[in-house]
Amino acid sequence: MTAPAEDFIARSREALGDTSLQAALARARPGFVRKRASAVALVANFDALKAKAKAVRQRSLRDLDSYLAVFEQRVTAAGGRVHWAATTADLRRIVLDIARATGARSATKGKTMVGEEAKLNEALEEAGIQPRETDLGEYIIQLAGEPPSHIVAPALHKTRAQIVELFLRDHHLGERELASVKDLVDEARTVIRRHYLEADIGITGANILIADTGTCVLCTNEGNGDLTASLPNTHIVTTSIDKVVASWDDASALLRVLARSATGQAITTYTSFYGPRGDGDLDGPEHFHVVLLDNRRSQLLGSDFQEMLQCIKCGACMNHCPVYQAVGGHSYNSVYPGPMGAVLTPLLRGEPGDFALADASTFCGRCEEVCPVGIPLPALLRKLREMSARQRGQGPGPWLIKGFTWLARHPRLYRWSTSLTTALLARISGRRGSWRRFPGLGRWLRYRDLAAPQGSSFQHQWRKARGGEDRA
Amino acid sequence: MPASTPAPKIGLFVTCPVDLMRPSVAFACIKLLEDAGCEVVVPPQSCCGQVAWNNGLSGEARTLARQVVAAFAAVDYVVAPSGSCASMLKNHYPTLFADSDELARVEAFSARVYELTVFLHDVLGVQSNSPAPAENSKTVAYHDSCAGLRELGIRQQPRALARHYRGVHLGDLEDSETCCGFGGTFCVKFADISNHMVTAKARQVAALHPDLLLGGDLSCLLNLAGKLRRQGDRDTRVFHIAEFLAGWDDRPALGWEE
Repeated sequence: MTAPAEDFIARSREALGDTSLQAALARARPGFVRKRASAVALVANFDALKAKAKAVRQRSLRDLDSYLAVFEQRVTAAGGRVHWAATTADLRRIVLDIARATGARSATKGKTMVGEEAKLNEALEEAGIQPRETDLGEYIIQLAGEPPSHIVAPALHKTRAQIVELFLRDHHLGERELASVKDLVDEARTVIRRHYLEADIGITGANILIADTGTCVLCTNEGNGDLTASLPNTHIVTTSIDKVVASWDDASALLRVLARSATGQAITTYTSFYGPRGDGDLDGPEHFHVVLLDNRRSQLLGSDFQEMLQCIKCGACMNHCPVYQAVGGHSYNSVYPGPMGAVLTPLLRGEPGDFALADASTFCGRCEEVCPVGIPLPALLRKLREMSARQRGQGPGPWLIKGFTWLARHPRLYRWSTSLTTALLARISGRRGSWRRFPGLGRWLRYRDLAAPQGSSFQHQWRKARGGEDRA
Repeated sequence: MPASTPAPKIGLFVTCPVDLMRPSVAFACIKLLEDAGCEVVVPPQSCCGQVAWNNGLSGEARTLARQVVAAFAAVDYVVAPSGSCASMLKNHYPTLFADSDELARVEAFSARVYELTVFLHDVLGVQSNSPAPAENSKTVAYHDSCAGLRELGIRQQPRALARHYRGVHLGDLEDSETCCGFGGTFCVKFADISNHMVTAKARQVAALHPDLLLGGDLSCLLNLAGKLRRQGDRDTRVFHIAEFLAGWDDRPALGWEE
């Protein structure tokens, strides 16, 4: 039987050998970590802001049904529509129905992770509606035909050289070269601007939903969200049911920690508040739809994993995760990578290999430390390991550990056998301090030496010095 | 501590890596604790259950936890030379028994558990007000192990103790809060990723080029020392903080021949 971790291991091995990816990761990581640290340092008491944000998320999850009901009622009263998508298939169907009803042929898209989760672009394409990403990162990976590798910076895995190559391939550049980052941004802007004007519908995600006023909050740094939401005649917000909070006060508690945790900004360049077009509004889309995806999230309410729904998708956990930083997002084979993805993917998608993602952590705890809403990610990963140990039962790993545990449960036998073994090993190694080769230790010794034991076990030496007093 | 106060009775929780690989760490702990006026006992012991717990085998972990709690029933404090094992005993045991009627007993046990440097510094009050004169001009770096750092808040204690006992300032590695890649079974299950992580750590050690590299968790040190040695580093001598505080860094370093 192949361990389900093998897929992740194979992908991560490829990622470790991918020099472009490694260059992109090495470039991105210090920036994220440093910027967050400076942003946090500028706040008098970031821990207090975190505690408040966590309390907001916990309260909203406690009464999620009533907040959602209020949200729907307010959106409807203002002339918009709320749609409930139990599954990703439902979300695709709902969006396509709306798009078809408007006769849409092209759709601009702001970044929506729920759209990624539901593979919305593929569905739109199949229906003959051209999806056009407007977030620069999403635009790049759309050109590349790849999924995002980070929930905030979807094209984080791409180097500038690779992006230039994509633009050279797909854009009509004539004599122009794309020497600087500014050239690249200008080029993308020129193309994407045209797409805004052609689009029949605009699809965005939402960072927060405010029940009190039926408002969708969207945080962007490029202003693409606003153009996507306001230029076409129809605006569709695709997001998930867990995003709702009670009030503007609650929303602002989240905004205070979101950008600081994500990109180290006090607030994103654009923080937009969308709703149906009001009576006195001079402009804006005539049709406003919010599609709320469940996709097993409601099953997490009241479960051991409810805390995962506190997530506000800031990406701090992956920015600080040594495993994510080593292998990048694509190794996780999910739109949600890193620690939050390692928890969310098995719970939302639940393919057999997904549970193995929970093993890919040293439990270093940095994700929990930086999480702005206090999600105990290591504890949740451990619970997933418990679930898969129960289901999987008897892999070679558990047998070894169970064997060791059995031995450890018999202290006399443990002490006798370990002292004998360590003394023997120390004798074999002679005066060598370390081993380069040893049967059965290949996985450790492939990359590092192993210090030989000093002699027989401490407990043996101690009892011997004390005249074997533990015989009692 | 005043002479009239009876010496606190310490149960030393040795930890598996120290018991099996490097007994000198445990002997150093005993010396430090006895010098600080404690009585030290070593109840018969084995594994704390962390390996099982972290691999999803909570039943096995509970069995071992009960054994540890019982073995250390008669001591005032339980001290372990490891942030990760100490945190298992202190923070994770109560989680393991959260829904059980054994919880009160386990919590009473966990409240008495301390990592070595925390115990010396915070509980016994070994202070750095009059630091020892610097013995030499060695550069000494400290690796903050993750569980100690984040689950027990160990950061200034080993640094203060190094000043107090040895007059030495401990240098920080760049990225000192990043994991070395050990992670228990992680380092063999995900050998390539673990290697990537420990290689980065070794690079940071090389950048600082210390004479000594110290840490509070032997397992992380086995990972680091093994990597340094594989890379041909014959300069950086790796010791557990207990050995260094006891002044035993003139003995063979971790992984070095005698």
